[in-house]
Amino acid sequence: MGRLKNIFATRWGIIGVGGLIGVLAALLQKLGNPGNMGICVACFERDIAGAIGIHRAAVVQYMRPEIIGFVLGSLVAAYIFKEFRPRTGSAPIVRFVLGVFAMIGSLVFLGCPWRAILRLAAGDGNAIFALLGLIGGIWIGTLFLKGGYNLGRVQKTYASAGWLLPLTMLGFLALMLIFPHIEGQDKSGVLFYSLKGPGAMHAHLIISLAAGLAIGFIAQRSRFCTMGAFRDLILFRQVHLLSGVIALVVTAVIVNLIAGQFHPGFARQPVAHTMQIWNFGGMVLSGLAFSLAGGCPGRQLFLAGEGDGDAAIFVLGMIVGAGFAHNFGLASSPKGVGPHGIAAVIIGLIVCLFIGFTMRKRVS
Amino acid sequence: MSIIVDAKGLSCPQPVLMTLNKIKEIKKGEIIVKVDTDTSKENVSRAAQSQGWEIADVQENEGGYQLTLKK
Repeated sequence: MGRLKNIFATRWGIIGVGGLIGVLAALLQKLGNPGNMGICVACFERDIAGAIGIHRAAVVQYMRPEIIGFVLGSLVAAYIFKEFRPRTGSAPIVRFVLGVFAMIGSLVFLGCPWRAILRLAAGDGNAIFALLGLIGGIWIGTLFLKGGYNLGRVQKTYASAGWLLPLTMLGFLALMLIFPHIEGQDKSGVLFYSLKGPGAMHAHLIISLAAGLAIGFIAQRSRFCTMGAFRDLILFRQVHLLSGVIALVVTAVIVNLIAGQFHPGFARQPVAHTMQIWNFGGMVLSGLAFSLAGGCPGRQLFLAGEGDGDAAIFVLGMIVGAGFAHNFGLASSPKGVGPHGIAAVIIGLIVCLFIGFTMRKRVS
Repeated sequence: MSIIVDAKGLSCPQPVLMTLNKIKEIKKGEIIVKVDTDTSKENVSRAAQSQGWEIADVQENEGGYQLTLKK
């Protein structure tokens, strides 16, 4: 099957994938996921961090099956199409740190690029500032890329090394099944659950997992990436990946309109604040971190599913970053930025610039 | 003698950047690009074709692909 032309990687393939993700995301919200958060990779990884007690923010604790599905769906696709290539060794510590700050930036805005797009598709005008920030951060990243920035070559590794993050996700799924939510209780076995707030809002496990698996599968085939969409436009004037993102916006708007989930405006949007400088600034940080790491948070999950150990490290960095964000008061809330959120964005930008300026070894 | 761009082990956009830099440098001729993932193969092919180059040959070898680009 590996020899067949990959139809998902064609122009219409990526448009179809983006369109389907838009439909599924809007439907997941209709079926129980939080407002304008049908899919948010950063928020859902943050919820997973809460479920396993890395942070104890009571309103954002849930083992999100969508994330598990993203990794496992990608793994299945990679095996079927002979693209599972276990690899690692391209500056893993740098990827971990980038993951930490990508998450912190996302939680200052309250959403990753996926949610920024979905918030826009639901009429949340605050997302415009976030998307401008995202593009700004990616633009800075492209300047580093043009200047020779790279994290070095990967090396082939054991297949079992490529399996570690997928196995971790299977373990998370097993924990969910062994310790399901008990009505009215915030803890079941080793897992924490939210009784109110976004963490308490979710579609049925089977639906979330199925949607995650489907998206993981088609995204692995199509190489869907919300960061790459803007990076390729800026760097190469290519609109291939961007056409998928545009399709996502279009279908999400249509489903939101049909489902009564389109509410244009700035104030009182779900899980959002109106401090536009920090909606912008948070996503500058995230965009730069994703750009330096070579993929948006979804793409990192899909890469981890096809055996990329460095992407897996980035994912773990994001989950740990969620811990820092909530334990240190960096994450925003609908009231505004957290007490130390602004300092964290500034520190994060300094760290990303340090990485960008100092890791510019030319590869021959 | 073909010019070789060895992008094995590098993740995107690096293989594309290296290929486009070489394309800009030599303008026409033959370039052999070595990559190790299907994503890089697709991205390099798409970028080369957008510059009017033809993908003359794609060979799969152990652990990757060797693309021959011509103009």
